[in-house]
Amino acid sequence: MPEPALRGVGVSPGVAVGPVASMGAGVPEPPADGHPPPNPAAEAEAAAAALEAVAADLEARGERAGGDAADVLQAQAMMALDPGLAEKVEQATAVGRTAARAVFEAFAGYREELAEASQYLAARVADLDDVRDRAVARLLGVPMPGVPDPGHPFVLVARDLAPADTAALDRRTVLAFVTEEGGPTSHTAILARSLGVPAVVGCAGASGLADGVQVLVDGGSGEVVPDPAEAAAAAATRRDAARRAALAGSPSGPGATADGQRVLLLANVRGPAEVPDALAAGAEGVGLLRTEFLFLDRTEPPAVAEQERAYRQVLDAFPAGAKVVIRTLDAGADKPLAFLSPGDEPNPALGQRGLRAVRRSPEVLAGQLEAVGRAAAAGRAEAWVMAPMVATAAEAAWFRDQARHQGVAMAGVMVEVPAAALLAEAVLAEADFASIGTNDLAQYTYAADRQVSGLAAFQDPWQPALLALVARVGEAGRSLGKPVGVCGEAAGDPLLALVLAGLGATSLSMAPAALAEVRLLLARHTMEDCRRLAAAALAAPDAATARRRVREAAPAATELGL
Amino acid sequence: MPERRAVDFARLAGRQLPVRVMVAKDGREPVEARRMLDVLKLDVLGGQEVLLSAEGEGAERALDEMVAFVETDHDAKPAGA
Repeated sequence: MPEPALRGVGVSPGVAVGPVASMGAGVPEPPADGHPPPNPAAEAEAAAAALEAVAADLEARGERAGGDAADVLQAQAMMALDPGLAEKVEQATAVGRTAARAVFEAFAGYREELAEASQYLAARVADLDDVRDRAVARLLGVPMPGVPDPGHPFVLVARDLAPADTAALDRRTVLAFVTEEGGPTSHTAILARSLGVPAVVGCAGASGLADGVQVLVDGGSGEVVPDPAEAAAAAATRRDAARRAALAGSPSGPGATADGQRVLLLANVRGPAEVPDALAAGAEGVGLLRTEFLFLDRTEPPAVAEQERAYRQVLDAFPAGAKVVIRTLDAGADKPLAFLSPGDEPNPALGQRGLRAVRRSPEVLAGQLEAVGRAAAAGRAEAWVMAPMVATAAEAAWFRDQARHQGVAMAGVMVEVPAAALLAEAVLAEADFASIGTNDLAQYTYAADRQVSGLAAFQDPWQPALLALVARVGEAGRSLGKPVGVCGEAAGDPLLALVLAGLGATSLSMAPAALAEVRLLLARHTMEDCRRLAAAALAAPDAATARRRVREAAPAATELGL
Repeated sequence: MPERRAVDFARLAGRQLPVRVMVAKDGREPVEARRMLDVLKLDVLGGQEVLLSAEGEGAERALDEMVAFVETDHDAKPAGA
């Protein structure tokens, strides 16, 4: 008898059918008592060998992964080889602990101390736990935690995925993602969209799927069907083929509704290296150029000339008339910079971050704006500049004056703080444009830390309170005749993109992989449709209802499997 | 300090053996600089002062190397040696 279908939230459209492979489950805590090991020396040796093997494996993964992931993996390898840890393991085996138990206990001491220290160190606890689990799994002979490697393409099923889990992921072998937990802005959703792989998150019962079982995953509707009937699988695959054909045949030109109203479709990029992807996806420009890449791992800010070169590279990649929105440095306590460090703050998300940090060090901002001004004068596309974490009209005015002083014509604000959205008209009066950062706006609206996974539901960009704030900013933009963009994951959700356009967004900026679907869906709906869908979303009591009502009211979405 | 720097710092300290390099912050108990986990626990941020010390033959050279690393690669300034 076929098992009942599961349902979650489809966060990356597409259909896949394939066998389940699960993330290595949690490694059990080795029992404290049990038979005393016959030979403490042998246990000590086994423990040391396991830690060394784990370190070697992590080093090798680091080399394969490269980039930031390599740093984390190298640090983990170093943890496994820590001489202090080795001493603690030996002390435990000397009093009769098994190798696995000794490793477990040795890590426990460090774990507690790190967890109690700063927020930054508390985040390292997950890295430490991962090292411990790997060593214990080796010693107990249970499967390693992490991405499975069954030797054939598979549907990856997990409770939730962390960036570390996916660093070594082989993109060619994962057919789809299904997670028991997580929401539309979870790491899984972001990763799946950037890979163009179907994904369903928040899928109750997913962890019960046995390895090897065939499942049909519909990343649009959120359905996960175990042992699908052949006809159902064929129908879903046909639907997906139709979606792909529609995408392939869709106009690659500028974004517009069915009745020809323009909605600029832009890309979020983290530096010149990501520009080719944006161009290939048909981005009309850049809606969010993050600039942290220039500043991280530096003891002092980069020279103006170096910054100017980087900005020029991006500006010259786009045609004249296109816009590139450069966000000034967004340093925070989760990405501390030596020259802007606010010191110890009890609550860094509410601390001296974004514009607040550079107001304390105005020379950093002046250097950056000077570089933008020079790049703007010589570059091909238009350079706009915006400040992160603006809360008041006075801050917006201050920033605009700084930008003008350096010859930057368009200076705007990110709307991430509810205060700025509530008084959008006053803030926008002092700015040339606004761009809504939905991820931080959700965090501050719901008083729910983005980093706390238990609060992920509050990050859902379909939340009515968040949409109400977006609507306020949209209205302010309309009445003042100033552009209002949305950047952040919300803009890359094709259905939500319709709602955002209906709420008054004049541009949508997203990961390049999401552009084609947003462009296609937008072209199938009039601006009047978008306004109607926006009203339906605003009137819904919660995020899930809003999403469902909009999907039902936008038939082209179902037809396209989005 | 960022993980990569903690790693490099601990590695460099490991290379000074048999000289034992110790590091301390805020007048607290010093820890051995080659012990990555203990160094991480110090929670050193850029710009903060740390106190380095070493004992054994060649201690002075070892300290010079460690101080140079701290001064060039971080903002942390050693208060003395």
